[in-house]
Order: sequence, then structure tokens, then C-alpha cells
Amino acid sequence: MDLNDTPEQVQYRAKVRAWLDEHKDEAPVDQGEDEAAYIDARRAWQGKLAAAGLAGVTWPTELGGQGLGPIEHVIVGQEIARAGVPNVLDVIGVGMLGPTIIAHGTEEQKSRYLGPMLHGDEVWCQLFSEPAAGSDLAAVQARAVRQDDGSWRLSGQKVWTTNAHFAAYGLLLARTDADVPKHKGLTMFVVPMDAEGVTIRGLRQISGEAEFNEVFFDDVRLDADAACGPAGGGWGTAMTTLMFERLTIGLGSEGLGYRPERYAAAIAADEHARLDPEVRRRLGELCVELLAVKFTGYRMLSLLQQGQIPGPEAGLAKVTTVRSAIEAGDLIADVLGPDALAEDSEWAYMISFLPGLKSAGGTEEILRNTIGERVLGLPPEPRLDKGIPFSELRAKERAAVVS
Amino acid sequence: MNLELTDEQTFLREAAREALSRVKTVAAARDALEDPSALPDLWPTAREAGWSGLLVSEEHGGAGLGAFDAMLVMTEAGRVLAGVQLLGHLPASELLDEAADERIGAVAEGELRACFVAASPPGDLDGRWTVEPPSGSVRLDAPVLAAGGTLSGSVAWVPDAPGAEVYVVVATREQDGTPVAVVVDAAQVSVEDATRYDATRTLGHVSFDSAAGDVLEGIGAGHLARAWYLAQALLAAESLGAVETALSESVAYAKERFTFGRAIGSYQAVKHSLVEVLRLRENTYALLLYAGWAYEDKPDEFPLAASAARSAGGHALDYASRAMISVHGGIGATWEHDAPLFFRGRVAGGIAAPGSHRIPA
Repeated sequence: MDLNDTPEQVQYRAKVRAWLDEHKDEAPVDQGEDEAAYIDARRAWQGKLAAAGLAGVTWPTELGGQGLGPIEHVIVGQEIARAGVPNVLDVIGVGMLGPTIIAHGTEEQKSRYLGPMLHGDEVWCQLFSEPAAGSDLAAVQARAVRQDDGSWRLSGQKVWTTNAHFAAYGLLLARTDADVPKHKGLTMFVVPMDAEGVTIRGLRQISGEAEFNEVFFDDVRLDADAACGPAGGGWGTAMTTLMFERLTIGLGSEGLGYRPERYAAAIAADEHARLDPEVRRRLGELCVELLAVKFTGYRMLSLLQQGQIPGPEAGLAKVTTVRSAIEAGDLIADVLGPDALAEDSEWAYMISFLPGLKSAGGTEEILRNTIGERVLGLPPEPRLDKGIPFSELRAKERAAVVS
Repeated sequence: MNLELTDEQTFLREAAREALSRVKTVAAARDALEDPSALPDLWPTAREAGWSGLLVSEEHGGAGLGAFDAMLVMTEAGRVLAGVQLLGHLPASELLDEAADERIGAVAEGELRACFVAASPPGDLDGRWTVEPPSGSVRLDAPVLAAGGTLSGSVAWVPDAPGAEVYVVVATREQDGTPVAVVVDAAQVSVEDATRYDATRTLGHVSFDSAAGDVLEGIGAGHLARAWYLAQALLAAESLGAVETALSESVAYAKERFTFGRAIGSYQAVKHSLVEVLRLRENTYALLLYAGWAYEDKPDEFPLAASAARSAGGHALDYASRAMISVHGGIGATWEHDAPLFFRGRVAGGIAAPGSHRIPA
């Protein structure tokens, strides 16, 4: 059992740290005023990180990456956090969508899109979820219809789209054949966000801020070569993205900011609460869970290093993180009182953000179903959608609602 | 980074599983509730397997293995509710080894079974070395070593105390309150059997009345605290084993028991509860890895890691043993089933073993 850096990793870490020490003053600082200017600065900073080899660490070298492993990716993340500077702006692009294009895209798509994505020149967004297709992603209804000239016409609505308002491109899962069972009639597309017929609207969350968007597509024309992966093979392409999503979240869990030290510091700063046995017990219990998440992350990294892909049980770390952070928010609100809920309080923001995070990337309930079935081998829920053409399934659903 | 078991660790675990499988420990845990003499003596098994010297250095006749290896053995013991008496022996053996005490060869070999009589190390809320009281929640002072070299005082609920041959006691010196380890032979100790609720967890109230003892030279506060936290980590590992059995038995039943035409494991209420057991199991295992690593490479963090593991393991077994009862329905709450034995183990382990305050101050 060994958690320590190898001599090569020590060297790599030193190199990364040296670059960050030299350049960290160039990193943007969020003043909370002009969002557009800050986003531009973050894009420029991503460009610098990419040029220094600190973005796309695991991407192949011929596509602009460093061709290194997950450990080096984590080392870079740790050093960036240590330096107190922002990481890449387009985590979704670099961590999830880029790798999907690398796995399924055409040579033209790779050479056109990956470079600008990595350097922050073009930000990407993920257009998967819909109002009626989240955890049950294969139920997407956005339709893309092939035209005689080979191009496509796209209509529908997507939701929970992070960064859509400044993204240049999106990777979109659409239904291209409703007459086959739902997992089979899907195709993945590259969609330019400035295309005619695309409307983006901010979606305000509990906090009042709009970090997500809903995106509407009204008869949007897509070029014949816009499909990423085979027509009808969109589900497989989406699975690749979701696997990288798990890895991005799993390897970046420390970077989510839900760290035990942060909560302990908040409690320790209160001279009465710090001595209160009940407060300490609650803090201790939630910190135990967050410490466990940290070492679960190391386990995952260790597996990756041995060339294994972590299974769905890796998703339990997210469940633990969200639950513990919710506990932490409650505790800190109890200790600080209404001040914790002031407009500009980091705790008010966290408390408002967490209920939604519980369902991000799939609801906790569906995740527990998946893990129960795939990891524990428990019998599946009865399913009423198997083997039925999607159009027929929708008709049944509508009939059930009416009756 | 590599957190997978080494080949040697896999072998150690498999060997432990095999050795313990030769005794019907779970059935014995039930029988011993009515007749304590039905509890098998597993000390010969421990000696034969070399566990008595697991943490003792090779120069003193031990195997020279690490804390995580000891946790692997404890997990196997917990899996089958085997009272192997290592919770008392291993921390004591570590201190005797560190001090190169004359008894260490016999302790490593298992000829002498040692018992760690523990005091909780000081924290920022309670500056004393304290011990568990026989009742109530007020912490008591550790036994006191008089200037003349005799030991007086008592410690309650000491795991594996009945029948041990040598006791390694955490005491404080009368003149200045500094902590000290004192070795006392069984003849000088009065032990009242205090086993409760879980027949496999033998407990004793230990008293010293001007007992003659040998001070372990070179053992200071740091060593004593490490032994204390080692006991916490071992207890967590034992809980992990019991959680794993509770989970696998519950999952197996949820697949074969049908209601309303469906296996009960297909119902979300049951499925989600079993996934919760898995979640708590994963967290406990991750924290045991932390404890094992910290023991070797990050000693400053070992108290945190071991305490976190103990807390997580206790919670996990609490939830798992109750879920095991629920999933099995009414039968799970009767002696017809093993579930009550795991539940009793959880309750006794959480309340009566060292440090009922799960998060040390």
C-alpha cells in the first residue's frame, strides 16, 4: 500500500509547481462584477495552462495533450488548488466532451474542434438532459431529421446546460428514429451555438443565480457531417461521455471545495461553538464522511493506475459528498445563525446550491438503483419500456396520463 | 500510488479466513449467550497462524508486519464473529516490542496472552489520560503509579481482559502526572468478568491494589497514544468484517425471497437500504486504508485516521445490522437467524469497547 509520489511523480509535481509559482500572478481573480470580462480572462488563463501542458494532461500528444496518466492529472489539479488559482474554465469540454470526440469523432472533427477547445478559444456545453429525460436519459425527445441533401433539421429543448450562454459548440443527443426502442434511435451531434434557431435562456436556481441554462432548438440546420459517432449509435457515444463525467467528478472531488478543513475552520472560528460537544460531534461525523470520500478517490486513482475502470459504485462518493456538505451547511447555519444566510455569504450560496446538486448527473435514487443492480446483483425494477418502439412508448405514457 | 492488496496481504487474508472457518464461530456466538463455556478458545488458532506476533519485530520473534495487515486479520475475525482476543493483545504487544521487554518473545509466540489496559489520551477538551468508568459517562483518571513503583486504580470494560497472562497498563505517575506504561503479571491483577450482550466480546473490570509492576522504559505519551488509536483501527476493521457478512447475507436473501410476485430486492426501499450499507462499507474501507497508510507514513495523522475509521465502522455496522434484521423480516429478530448476533456485536462493540466516545476530543 503506497500513497506517496514515485520519484518521477515528485519530479513532475515540482515542475508543475515551479510553473505555477512563476505564473500564478497572471491568473484572473473573480471580482464578482463583470461576468463577461471574467469569463474572457478565464479563457485566456486556460490558454496559458494548455500551452504549459497543464490542461488535457491525459489527452494524446498528437491531439495537443500530454499523453500522461490519471495520477498526473490529479497532481496538476492538486497543485493548481494549492496555488489558489482557477483550473481550466471548460472542465466539461476538456474533461468529458473532448475525450468523447477523441473516442468517436471523425478525423476532421478532431482536427477542427479539439485544439480550440483545449486552449479555451471555444468553450463547449453538454446538451443531453431534457425536461422529461434526465436520469432516464434515453428518453430524449429532441428530434433530428435527415434532409435529402444529407443535412439534418433539429428541434427540441435541452436543460441544465452549464456554460451554454458563452459556449461556441455543444454536443447534443437527439432522437433520429422514433420507430425503434428508445436506446437504439439516438444520434450524437456537434451543434454550433450561434446557429439560427438556437435560443438560450438562464435558469435561476434557489440562490437566485443562473448557473444553468435551458436551450431551445427551433428547426436548426446541422451539416451532414455534424454527427459524432454513427447515426443510431448515440447511446454508446453518450455512455463514453458519462464515463468521463464519472472520472471528472471522481478525480476532481477534492476540487469541488467540500473539504473538511473548510468546515472545521468555520466552527473553530466561533469561540463558543468550538467547545460545544454536540457541535463537535456533528462536525466530526460529517468530516469523517468527507475524509472517506478523499480516500475513496485515491482508491479510484489506484484502480485507474492499474488499468481498471471504476464501476458505478464510484458514484457513491458523490452521494456522500453531497450529504455531508448538506450536514455541514445545516451545522454552520445553526452555529452562525441568520448571518450564515446573508446575501453575500458563502454558506448561503452553498446551502442553496446543494439540493440541486443532489440530482446532478442523475438522481440519487436512480444511482442507488443502478448500484444495487450492477454492483450488488439485486433484481431490477420492473421495466415497462423494454423492447417497445419509442413512438409507441410515448403514446402509452400519454394515454396513462389522460386516464 | 497503489492501494490494492499485495500478494502477501491477499495470502494473509485468505489464510485467516481458512483458519477461522475450521471453527463454527457464528454458531458458538449464539450458544455462548446461554453457556459461556461454549465459546471456543481461539487463542491456539491465533498462535498457530502467527497473529500473536504479527506486529512484533522480527528481531523479537514476531512477523514484523504492519497495522494494515493486522486490520485484515481483524476483518476476517469480524466477518465470522470470532473473538480472537487480538484487540487486547496487539496494542500491548506493540508496546512490549518497542520497549524490548523481556517478555516479548513469549508474547510474540503467544505463550503469554497480553492485554492492553487503555486510557484515552488527552484532547483539547479533557487534558487528562482517562479511562472508561463502570457506569455513567464521567471519565475517570487512569491508574496511578506511586513513587514506590506500585500501581493502584481500576479500569472498566477492558476488552479481552479475562484470562490474559500479562497486562500492559496505561498509568500516570503520581509525582507529576506524566503517562507511563506499566506491565503487570496476572497474579497482581484482579479481573471481574464483565462480558455483556455479545458473548464473543469478553470484557473485564480490571483493578490494581498496590500491584507490583515493571515500567516499560522508553515508552512515552506518543507510543501510548499510538497503541490507543491502533485499538480503534482494529475495532473498525472488525466492524468492517461484520458489515460485509451482514451485507452479503442480506443481498442473498433479498434475491430469493418473493413478495407480491417479485423478489424483495427489486423493491427500491430494500435495494436503496442495501446500497446504503455498501456506501458505509466503502467509506469504512477507505478510512482503514487511510489509517494503515498513516500508521506507516504519516504518524501525525494516525489519530485522525483511526478515529475516523472507528466512527465510520461503528456507524456502518449499526446500520448494516439493523438493515439485516429488517430485510429478513420478523425472522431476522429471532434466534432462528444470525442477524441478532451481528446486532449484539454492534451494540456491545460500540458501547463497551475502548473509547465509547467515538470521536475523541
